[in-house]
Formats: sequence, C-alpha cells, structure tokens
Amino acid sequence: MWPLFEIFIRAKNGLDHKHVGSLHAADAQMAIENARDVYTRRLEGVSIWVVESKHITASDPKDADPFFKPAEDKIYRHPTFYDLPDEVKHM
Amino acid sequence: METLLTAFQLPDLESRFQARIDAEDKIEPKDWMPEEYRKTLIRQISQHAHSEVVGMLPEGNWVTRAPSLKRKAVLLAKIQDEAGHGLYLYSACETLGVSRDQLIDELHSGKAKYSSIFNYPTLNWADIGAIGWLVDGAAIMNQIPLCRASFGPYSRAMIRVCKEESFHQRQGYEIMLTLSKGSKEQKAMAQDALNRWWWPSLMMFGPSDQDSKHSAQSMKWKIKRFSNDELRQRFVDMTVPQAELIGLKVPDDQLKWNEERRSYDFGEIPWDEFWNVVNGNGPCNKKRLADRVNAHNEGKWVREAAEAFAKKQAQRTDSKLKSN
Ligand SMILES: [Fe+2]
Ligand SMILES: [Fe+2]
Repeated sequence: MWPLFEIFIRAKNGLDHKHVGSLHAADAQMAIENARDVYTRRLEGVSIWVVESKHITASDPKDADPFFKPAEDKIYRHPTFYDLPDEVKHM
Repeated sequence: METLLTAFQLPDLESRFQARIDAEDKIEPKDWMPEEYRKTLIRQISQHAHSEVVGMLPEGNWVTRAPSLKRKAVLLAKIQDEAGHGLYLYSACETLGVSRDQLIDELHSGKAKYSSIFNYPTLNWADIGAIGWLVDGAAIMNQIPLCRASFGPYSRAMIRVCKEESFHQRQGYEIMLTLSKGSKEQKAMAQDALNRWWWPSLMMFGPSDQDSKHSAQSMKWKIKRFSNDELRQRFVDMTVPQAELIGLKVPDDQLKWNEERRSYDFGEIPWDEFWNVVNGNGPCNKKRLADRVNAHNEGKWVREAAEAFAKKQAQRTDSKLKSN
C-alpha cells in the first residue's frame, strides 16, 4: 500500500495552510496531484502542502491536561486583566 | 495499552468518555475510547465509504449515453465527487487503526456491507434523475445529522460531503423536471423511474426503529442523532410535494396528508424485499461486487508501476545528493 500523506491547503493568499484530510499516494508529487483532484475541485485552494503522515509528531492527548494547564492561571497575559481609567479609550 | 488497564480504571475511563460525549466534546483518534465505540465507527464509516464507491457503478452505466454533452459533464462531475466522498470516509476510518487494504478486502470478500440501493439497475436515463433526486436526497437527509457525529474525523468528512451533495440532488431533480415537461414518452420515463426507485429509497434509512440493532447505543454515543423512522418520515414529507410540483405520482396508494401530525402517512415498506437485497439476492449484488473486484485487479499494475517509479525517483535524488 502507498504511504499516507496529510494534506494542507491555503484557501486564498494571505491565509494559513490548513489541514483538510489525508490520502495515499506513491510519492509526494502524486499526493499533490491527487489532493488537487480531491480537495480543490471547487477552487477551494491556491496552494497545497503534503507531508507523509509518519513524519508528524503529535502531543499526547493523555497528557493534554498537565501539558496545557500552565497557561490556565496566567490571566495577566490577556488585555482584559488590566483596569485602566475610562478616559483611555483605545488601548 | 488496553491490557495495562486494571478493572478499576476501565469504568472510570468509560464514564469520563460518556461525560465528554454528553458535553458535545468531539472525540479524536488518539483519545481513549471504548472498543465497542471504535468497532461501531469502523463498521459504519467503512460501510458508508463502500457505498460511495459502489454507488458510482449504477451511474457510470450512463456516462457514455448521457443525452447531451452538458449532462455528461455534470454526471461525470457527480461521480467524481462520489469517489472523493469514498476517499474522505476511508481516510476517517483509517484514523481508527484499520488499514485501507483491510477495508477494501472486506468489501471485496463480501464481508462488509454497502447501501443496498446500489444493487438496483439503472434501466434508462430517467433513472439518473431519480437517483440524484431520491437517492442523494435520502443520503443527504441521513448525512446532515452526521456532521455533528461525536467522532471528529467522521464529522469533518461529513461536513465536506454535505457541502458537495446538494448539487447532486438538484441536478437529479432537474433531469426529472425536464423529462416531465417533455413528450408523453419522456414523462412516462420519469414516472417509471420514480415508481422503481421510490420504495428502495425509503429503505435507505434502514430497518424500522423496533428492528434496528445498533440504534440505541449509537444515539447514546451521539454517532446517530435521529432514528431511522424519524429521518424516513422527514424524507417523505420533503419529497412528496417535490413530486407533485413536477406532476409525478408517488407510487403509494396509502400516501395521505395527516393534518393532525402535520406529516404524510404512508404505506408499509416491503421489508421482505429489503432483507432479500441486504442478504445478497438483489438484482445486481453479484455484478456490483464483481465489477469492483475487477476494477481493483485491473488497476494492480498501475499501482505497482507508480510505486516502482516513486522508488526510482527517490533513489535518483539520493545518489544525486551523494555525488554533490
Ligand atoms: Fe456521496
Ligand atoms: Fe451524491
């Protein structure tokens, strides 16, 4: 069986490439051509990235809690944390 | 990993899993999930993928005989979409830990099921209209709630599918509309197609609720959101006025508007026929499977050649890098 590729598509210039799905192909070039036929039949993209699925390293969902928790109590990273006088209109 | 869980941990994991489902959280492939949930999804998503792929066959029958170049281009585009739907769904299914080869083997050996509707023949051009209107129409009715299925990859695949489906139904209805405005013979063709496809389309929603094996658990897991009978009723209510609008008669003597229920009452579905086709004895079961197996076998050398070519290219880049 051909290897699995993950497909990323930029919907229009100025936007990020976004993961849209995956497909099997003999090589990266074929993955790009097949991705065009499968994921952009209605002009959904202007650019395609493909990467073999085995090259993706992902964070472990089992550790998601402790892994992302440290950001939870740092509310001072958000602008709403700071009380300023009303006279300061836009900041 | 599963074997390391103690008997104490399992109920805990299961209740946390159900709590996530109840909170409308999506489950992703690497999250813990009950084995039955995984199995149910593999069965349902693969059946769905097989249906998209086998579903190309009855329509493919008319590509070379479409009545105009425009109709031919439209039909080809629709069939190409169905191939894409098959791919989205196979990919979603593979995230659950089955291989594509395994899924295809199960289809080809007859172990896996696909929607029985595709075991009926497409006898004339009007059948292409009836399929788009009724079969894709029924499929959409089933698929829209699946966009909210609790398993992320399935839900995302269904959102993509649903976006593409509405053109399928509209082009089919337009074929029926055109025929119904045509000559007496053309109108008769449209009526004949409706007569043959009506009941099989109603059967697409699956057995009636009291005979549906997997329904309750699937609802609890939010894979399914509405029962078979609910969706079937909605389809009837939506489709009957569409038939009337183009002067066609739904082939059901018991069909009647029920003011109290604000819904149509309709006749008994021929369940014997349904089970007969499910069990392999429909008019085209053997041909459909044989056609799939042939197509796969005949494409073998192409897949092998592409693989050999890719290997050669990779070696070339390798040796170029070394010589530089
Ligand atoms: Fe489809
Ligand atoms: Fe379709």
